[in-house]
Amino acid sequence: MSLAIDAFTIICVAAGVFFYVAGTIGLIRFPDSLSRLHALTKADNLGLGLVALGLLPRASNFPDAFKIIMIWVLVLLSGASAAQMIGRALRRGRR
Amino acid sequence: MPNFLLAAAGLITIAVALGLARILRGPDDIDRMMATQLLGTGAIGTMLLVANATGVPGIDDLALGIALLAALATVAFLNVVELEPDEMGHESRD
Amino acid sequence: MNVQPFLDISLAALVIGVALFTIIAKDEFSAVVAYVAYGIFLAIVWVRLYAPDVALTEAAVGGGVTGVLLVMAGKRLDVSATMVVAKKPSVAFSAFVAACSILLAGSLAAVILSLPDAAPSLAPQAAAAAQGPGAGLGNPITAVLMSYRSFDTMLEKVVLILAVVGVWSVGADEAWGAAPAPFGPATPSDALLFLAKTLPPIGGLIGVHIFWTGADEPGGAFQGGALLAAMWMVAMMARLADPPPINSRWLRLALISGPAVFLAIGVAGAMLAGHFFAYPSALAKPLILFIETFMLLSIAVALPMLVAGPAARKGVR
Repeated sequence: MSLAIDAFTIICVAAGVFFYVAGTIGLIRFPDSLSRLHALTKADNLGLGLVALGLLPRASNFPDAFKIIMIWVLVLLSGASAAQMIGRALRRGRR
Repeated sequence: MPNFLLAAAGLITIAVALGLARILRGPDDIDRMMATQLLGTGAIGTMLLVANATGVPGIDDLALGIALLAALATVAFLNVVELEPDEMGHESRD
Repeated sequence: MNVQPFLDISLAALVIGVALFTIIAKDEFSAVVAYVAYGIFLAIVWVRLYAPDVALTEAAVGGGVTGVLLVMAGKRLDVSATMVVAKKPSVAFSAFVAACSILLAGSLAAVILSLPDAAPSLAPQAAAAAQGPGAGLGNPITAVLMSYRSFDTMLEKVVLILAVVGVWSVGADEAWGAAPAPFGPATPSDALLFLAKTLPPIGGLIGVHIFWTGADEPGGAFQGGALLAAMWMVAMMARLADPPPINSRWLRLALISGPAVFLAIGVAGAMLAGHFFAYPSALAKPLILFIETFMLLSIAVALPMLVAGPAARKGVR
């Protein structure tokens, strides 16, 4: 059982790291701000989300697990709002 | 397992740090803000992994705090950017 | 294979690199953004050094509140830079400034290098005090802050209030007593409104949690207060609240409440428990919590007032 949990953690965290790296590459390589915004939100949502998901089964008790979920929810909330605002500012030519 | 988690944390930190190249290249301030936004998210991921790998108390609360503040600077920036020109009026110096 | 040394060296190099960039960046706003990034890196360094209390302060103040302050100031300076044609300083003046900077950095370096080999330290006494009977707290850092060096902790909050007074004093005479300029445009975007309605309730809870948990685990009044301050600023950015007039009584009472309560209890300690800032040991923990509650309030009010700036005349931002 613990082997399966370890495998789950390794797969999820590795996938999370992949999305962080992908987000960084996108931020550096993409040609315009809107595409770069697209890359950024992948790291926000999926990178952190997969890391949090991978760590969930390792949480020792319910409050710890809840904290991990809350951290991801907070980042989703503020990251998504900021992304909307960035998109709006870009559309209106405010940069 | 802790070693794997710490290595993942290091990898994330280095990856998002490379994203700071955007601060150098710009071209717009909004691109620069996006680089710090990514860095903040990376720091949260790093803290979560370190908290789990080392078990040092308080690092999870730290991640919670950073998560709360993650977008604050970006939102403040956009708020100033969105000011209408007539709202930008400057105080005359007297 | 041990990856630790490699990670440590990369982290140190990153911090120094970002610090250097902040100094040499030509573009004002790049320097500001790099400084925010620097704060986040420092938080990671403090975690690596097993100092989560400091990391939390660094993240909340360096990455959060100072970030907002500098970003807003930097962006506004940007706009005024296009309106005012800046005069380039003369070579002689630049050389003078450089000489002064080198002198200051050189004397600081000389002082640090001339320290005796075993640097003088109060750490043993502080550690003893943290274990001491009067402390009554599980988190040694809070115990040291509130019980061993309580006078310093109180003066830090006084400094914060002096900073607010300093900011207020640069306002125009005829604006005195009015409110500082609002934080954002009159019609905020929907996304910001949504954020400002959902984040502060959660954030307020987390701020109080960090404050409360500070008795036994990393956290405390300063970190919790900084988070509460950030939440108030989010509400002000979305114009759900505007900065209060600087002559409003509740604002001024809230500002001074932390140091005032601290001082009152310190004086009471001088009369009841033997010396200034001594707590009767049975009451130590409730007293410390009582003081910290008002400090939390002072900090949560003072930090946004620093960002809001001096009072503004009507229609001016």
